[in-house]
Amino acid sequence: MVSSRNKTRILKALLIFLGLVPALLLLQATLNEQLGANPIQTLHFRLGDWALRFLLLGLALTPIKIITKQAWPLRYRRILGLLAFFYASLHVLVYVVLDLSGSWTAFVDEVPKSPYILLGLLSYTLLVPLAVTSTKYFQRRLAKRWFVLHSLVYFAALSACLHYMWLVKLDISLPLLYMGLLVILLSIRVVNFYRNRMV
Amino acid sequence: MKRHIHIQSNALRAEITDKSVFESRRAFIKSTAMLSAGLMLPSLGQAQTESTSNLVITAREHATNYTNYYEFSTNKQDSTELAKPLKTKPWSVEISGEIEKPGLYNLEDILKANAVEERIYRFRCVEAWSMVVPWLGFPLGEMLARFKPTSRAKFVEFTTLYNPEIMIGQHSAILDWPYVEGLRMDEAMHPLTILATGMYGDDLPNQNGAPLRLVVPWKYGFKSIKAIVKIHFRETMPDTAWHKSAPKEYGFYANVNPEVSHPRWSQSRERVLGSSIFTPKRATELFNGYGQQVASLYTGMDLTQSI
Repeated sequence: MVSSRNKTRILKALLIFLGLVPALLLLQATLNEQLGANPIQTLHFRLGDWALRFLLLGLALTPIKIITKQAWPLRYRRILGLLAFFYASLHVLVYVVLDLSGSWTAFVDEVPKSPYILLGLLSYTLLVPLAVTSTKYFQRRLAKRWFVLHSLVYFAALSACLHYMWLVKLDISLPLLYMGLLVILLSIRVVNFYRNRMV
Repeated sequence: MKRHIHIQSNALRAEITDKSVFESRRAFIKSTAMLSAGLMLPSLGQAQTESTSNLVITAREHATNYTNYYEFSTNKQDSTELAKPLKTKPWSVEISGEIEKPGLYNLEDILKANAVEERIYRFRCVEAWSMVVPWLGFPLGEMLARFKPTSRAKFVEFTTLYNPEIMIGQHSAILDWPYVEGLRMDEAMHPLTILATGMYGDDLPNQNGAPLRLVVPWKYGFKSIKAIVKIHFRETMPDTAWHKSAPKEYGFYANVNPEVSHPRWSQSRERVLGSSIFTPKRATELFNGYGQQVASLYTGMDLTQSI
């Protein structure tokens, strides 16, 4: 028999592995030049997609907890959050190092002209302190303040969705889908919050 | 050093695998020479700038699988497959408005009267990427002159086919279908403006606008309307598809200009399609490098206002 503690460990390892699969596939596609006519943009967009997906998955755990009344979903929150941060970091890195070729001149010229890039940078900036303080040490040390700090994730997710919506030329159906999911996930928390208060 | 080798091997592979490019190389060389000679005619005044000669042709695979054809899909790869059911033969073009010879013309008859030549142009999309395409086509102006525009013809309006059963993207209201584009008469008559019927030594693939599309090399790609079914001469400026959908972002002129940003992104650089991931973007040129030939069309116009 596998103890429940070991089961959680195995599931966590599996989750990390699965979470890294898209990155490995993208690396392979990049090395084999299978990303089409505009490989940097394709790579950049796909990394952004995965960052947003993991961010939303991470934000889905509390609603799952609320609905199932089980505590286990919260055990995987940190991994999903860190995977989101991992893909967001690669997304930013590809933009700065490959798309702008690491040129400061290009950065200063292009970024201020793009409101959606500024919004994306804001979203990423909000994620950095969350990733840094994601350890048990900071959780203990910051105590209550940790939860206040980590509520920044709602703003990071909102600005990430808006960032996506703003860059699209016309067809905003996909960014709207992400935004819709985020609104549903956040509403479950809000409803639960008020219900608990009434009780 | 490494980067250089990489580019070379890319070019080599493109030539080996691309049969049509390989076969039409001789045609390329001949027509390139013809084009250069043509551009040195006194009517055009000056020779080509360096940026618009010595163009490195984009691999056909990239130019034919990276298309903005919202009539089929907003995904640049998907239009290749989705556009296949479009029947481009027979095809007729309605020519109407301020001309002496209006009517519905068979495309074949139009083509008979125009000698097809190859034009290698840089194509710059408003999304800040560019490619170099060897088009097959004929000067629009020569064709238009044959229909004898009246003195009231100040603008030319082009319309794409409207057929939502095949052009499935027309079911969604992202643009006001059918797609409409337009040129001022002098822009339409300019010798660089062509109607294309082919590329890479072959017929136009459906996803690239078969059987007949416009190519205006000094303007953003969305001006170069695809699958044209109507050419209408008019006295007033036509309202064009992208301008209708986002008037602050897309103007009537849409001249390539690195100094005038799109409201949401910079236009000062462009990604060259097919370049390696370590190749920096190239600096965008005013009028896409065709300024010597076309800048005089806009003398006295404020290019930051007339976008």
